[in-house]
Amino acid sequence: MKIPYYPGCTLNTVAKGFDLSARESARTLGFELAELEQWSCCGASFPLTPDNIIGLTSPAKVLIDAAKMDPVVTTLCSVCYNVLKRTAETLAEDTERQKVVEDFIEERYNPSIEVLHFVEILRDRIGFEKVKEKVKRPLGGIKAASYYGCMLLRPFKTMGIDRAEAPTVMEELLEALGLEPVEFPKKIECCGAHLAMTREDVVAKLSGDVIESATGCGAELVVTSCPLCQYNLEEAQSRAIEERRDWKTVPIVYFTQLLGYAMGQTEGVACFDKNRWDARELFKEKGVGSCQG
Amino acid sequence: MKIKIENRALKSEELKHLERITGEVPARCYQCGNCSAGCPLSYMMDYPPSQMIRLLQLGRIEEAKRAESVWLCVSCMQCYARCPKDVSAGTLFEGLRHLALREGKDYRKIKELDMPFLKGAPQQALVCGFRKFVS
Repeated sequence: MKIPYYPGCTLNTVAKGFDLSARESARTLGFELAELEQWSCCGASFPLTPDNIIGLTSPAKVLIDAAKMDPVVTTLCSVCYNVLKRTAETLAEDTERQKVVEDFIEERYNPSIEVLHFVEILRDRIGFEKVKEKVKRPLGGIKAASYYGCMLLRPFKTMGIDRAEAPTVMEELLEALGLEPVEFPKKIECCGAHLAMTREDVVAKLSGDVIESATGCGAELVVTSCPLCQYNLEEAQSRAIEERRDWKTVPIVYFTQLLGYAMGQTEGVACFDKNRWDARELFKEKGVGSCQG
Repeated sequence: MKIKIENRALKSEELKHLERITGEVPARCYQCGNCSAGCPLSYMMDYPPSQMIRLLQLGRIEEAKRAESVWLCVSCMQCYARCPKDVSAGTLFEGLRHLALREGKDYRKIKELDMPFLKGAPQQALVCGFRKFVS
């Protein structure tokens, strides 16, 4: 099974481990993430004002190219997922805007295209049970906090990857890998997002609160699906350890790094060394992560 | 506090324009405050989301445009998720940003950004930031 895959700009550069570990995980689970032959940036933000049609053209072009391969496209980055899915919904519901976009791109848009997050593929097409069967390095005993942030969940009517206020899909996946999911209050709060550009202080506060909320509930590891959340949380943590002696540092990792590692991938694929806090030290400390079978 | 409400301001062209480009109707809001309670940035804002909507309801769009809140909103959509009246404060914030950006009034100049950030930040932060802050 081949599924058209849109990596997006960040996975092609700074979040390479997110991309590589997912591709390899897909192969282990019996399908291929087939990267689109050509793609451009999705715009990294959905145009909220309905008259801003130019903002729809870039994600629309991605959807047009994907639909040539299959009426389904998958992505890993929460922001790409949000932008592509909202664009697909907007263009399917609004034929007038669809026509304007088509005239601009000079190609027909296929409104039947479906945008799925990689975790949805795992849950709905592969099944977490099958994932569990493939685990070679059970990560038992590690308390992991699934940090969803905003983009996977909101606006709920369009995104709906799981329940808006109390999602559990990531926890179910982590459980299949042997980890122990930790419930924490700020799992759907914002990290500060692009304010990283203008207000580092605000990002440090919001992202720092997210980490403290997680570690306060016992988390030893924070798991994310968004490169911007990952960056903001790491930045906030770097700042916090300078300012606060009592700060408890935790690795901030992508869910596919854990998925791939648990399924026996080599350490080079998971790229734990690219994270500022290496999760392998935690595995070693806990005595988990050795290959079985 | 006394507030003077002017018919002219309530029916201003700019307010109508904001409603047109956002598709939102501030009058629908009944000021329950759920948006401000849920907003992760309201602690920093001069006017949290519900108060911004109130300003628009009272025709005080100039005050709303000047608010720092406009540039603090990150479009996380928590306000909209919690709104019982289906009003999207986040979309109104985007509309207010656009009123400035479409006149060429940038909130940030690219040349003002520091190099370590430009080199170290994920691309999506730059693309999104430029879209939100630069015309």
